[in-house]
Amino acid sequence: MAAFAVKDLVEFAPLLAQGAVITVEVFACGLIVATLLGLIWALMRVSGVPVLAGFSKGLINTIRGIPILVQLFFIYFVLPDLGVQLTAFQAGFIGLGFAYSCYMAEVFRGGIEAIDPGQIEAAKSLGMGRAMTMWRVVLPQAFKVALPPYGNTCIMLMKDTSQASIITVAELSFQSKIIAASTFKNAEVFTLVAVFYLVLCVPLILIVGRLEKRFGRR
Amino acid sequence: MISIRNICKSFGSNLVLDGISLEVGQGEVVCIIGASGSGKSTLLRCVNGLETYDSGDITVEGERVDQTGKHMVAIREKVAMVFQRFNLFPHRTALENVMEGPIYVKREPRAVAERNARAVLVQVGLAGKENAYPENLSGGQQQRVAIARALAMQPHAILFDEPTSALDPELVGEVLAVMRTLADQGMTMMVVTHEMAFAREVADRVIFIDQGHIIEQGPAREVLGAPQHERTQDFLRRVTHPI
Repeated sequence: MAAFAVKDLVEFAPLLAQGAVITVEVFACGLIVATLLGLIWALMRVSGVPVLAGFSKGLINTIRGIPILVQLFFIYFVLPDLGVQLTAFQAGFIGLGFAYSCYMAEVFRGGIEAIDPGQIEAAKSLGMGRAMTMWRVVLPQAFKVALPPYGNTCIMLMKDTSQASIITVAELSFQSKIIAASTFKNAEVFTLVAVFYLVLCVPLILIVGRLEKRFGRR
Repeated sequence: MISIRNICKSFGSNLVLDGISLEVGQGEVVCIIGASGSGKSTLLRCVNGLETYDSGDITVEGERVDQTGKHMVAIREKVAMVFQRFNLFPHRTALENVMEGPIYVKREPRAVAERNARAVLVQVGLAGKENAYPENLSGGQQQRVAIARALAMQPHAILFDEPTSALDPELVGEVLAVMRTLADQGMTMMVVTHEMAFAREVADRVIFIDQGHIIEQGPAREVLGAPQHERTQDFLRRVTHPI
């Protein structure tokens, strides 16, 4: 193995930083999609309406059982045949967001189902309807319960953005492969990439930690 | 005002209410006693629709209690409930707990709701605890917040489901005192309780339920003082002389 060259790191860093920006963008858009859809699936699942609950359950189990890579292929390569043209970036965050919405749904459902049934009875006895009970009583408490696994899932999503490289999204690992292929400096490039991902995850860990502290008390 | 006619309810093959009929008049305080599993809590929960019943009728001021009916919200506004385990909203302060119903169910303006909420908290002896969260209150204080939360809805009747059973013995008195004041003010109350002293002093009528039937009912001094039925006698003996 050739000597590990620090000066190469300095050379590669700006290129990888460009990729990191795309990674963050894919992550942020994907997270929004995953969170919103996940909440919808979770609410359908606990709605008590058999059709909605069944649909949600079926969807979650189907999507969870298909590799994200294959889902990305579908969205990027198969959807155009059906008349839906997406850029690689759009396909990337929509695919990741959709795939992750199923994990998020289970995170939210766990939070919702952890709430003491007495809370729902108290809300009912005040005359609250289902939606109001969910909004005012269940979700605020479920949020707190769901926060740690939610943070965990966020970190997994951050790392899984690398899968978008397979459909040519020019994010961090896509850039790294290009640099590595053209320079053969595998050790330098992939060490740097690992550090980049780690650095991207640190703010997430800190944010979730802060939220847990803020909401953890009640 | 609350009329229960011949209701039956079973959980699976277990018949918990077997043809119970009961009228509760305006301003009346009815205490329901009986062993655990006798159906008394279920009866109470049927009255504001937290539990369905299989047959019979329950009406509140003439409206039938029916979970699928559209009058359910109106009935629950009239008939408040206080639970054994308080069921306060842990993410809201005492004041917010009390304001929740008036603001989000009755759609009262916040300022009005807050003024009333502060007043009922004073009424239950919790002035100064408005901003405390439930976890920082004692069980007795929590239950009094729960009573305040019920009162804030300006109900026509309040159902108490073993309101002191989850409390440390030294905290029971403060809750019973609040309930007694309510009774004196003419609140219609149905109270499932094991507090025989409270029943004796406050109840207009005591109902003894066993295995889903009303075995005996009447003024407290009769049912508790001179029970006619063997099962009532047996129950009271066990409650008053547990050793």
